[in-house]
Amino acid sequence: MDSQSVAAFVTSTNQVFTTMLSLQVSAGKPYSGCAVPRFENDVSGIIGLSGDVQGMVVLSFPTTTARNAIRAFTGMDMEPSSPDFADAIGELVNMISGAAKAKFEGRTISISCPSVVLGRGHRVTQPSDAFCITIPFDCPAGEFSLEVAMKLAKSDAVPSSNSTARAV
Amino acid sequence: MKVMLIDDSKTMRTIQRNILLQLGYKEIEEACDGQDALSKVSAFAPELLLVDWNMPNMDGITFVKNYRANGGKSPIVMVTTEAEKTRVIEAIQAGVNNYVVKPFTPESLAQRIHETLSRVKAA
Repeated sequence: MDSQSVAAFVTSTNQVFTTMLSLQVSAGKPYSGCAVPRFENDVSGIIGLSGDVQGMVVLSFPTTTARNAIRAFTGMDMEPSSPDFADAIGELVNMISGAAKAKFEGRTISISCPSVVLGRGHRVTQPSDAFCITIPFDCPAGEFSLEVAMKLAKSDAVPSSNSTARAV
Repeated sequence: MKVMLIDDSKTMRTIQRNILLQLGYKEIEEACDGQDALSKVSAFAPELLLVDWNMPNMDGITFVKNYRANGGKSPIVMVTTEAEKTRVIEAIQAGVNNYVVKPFTPESLAQRIHETLSRVKAA
């Protein structure tokens, strides 16, 4: 995955958190591989990518960060068991993915409706043939990460990496 | 003024509802996808519609085409993550009057709503 692709997701995450949550985020150094969490992922919002670029975008939080972020987003304190909690996480990853895909000029990319996974310390397995990168973020709500797995459907496809995430 | 909010995310509908209430729009109907909106639009008769693009069952662009084909003339603002120029053109061709890309600020949404209503009034 080239630096422009990573930058697209960093910028879109910044845009969404600044505009909709009034939270400034700082991105850490991205690293290859998706199943190497630096903290426990308790909440993940997942979007599928299809078209010229295929893959997944996974926005993962520890519960505390997710609750703080949702409070900033909606103005309400929500329990993770509430359907509205999952809805809000889904909308965040939807906006991040949508804003990022617009930066891939010349490529037609569709995004799926979001899915949300709740479960302490879970991992989301990415497609094994896609290049995968994790971007760690920090903000006043806490730490979180964005995992992006992508492969190009056209002849200029990104070669898959040995560090691609595996099922856990 | 009667406004219909069409978005599969309850969070997003609530955010938009609160912005509309602050702008003084009190009569608001919500729909969770295009199909739901089509079933409510005749009875509610909205004077403005805010429509998301990506939704299950029936997406926003299909709803807009159906609404216009059935004689719906009220202004439509598409509020979506779809930011590519080709998408904007596709939406305008389908009958959308204005376009707001998520993420948005309350001010930018309000501005687009005012702009849309002013254009329709002037036409």
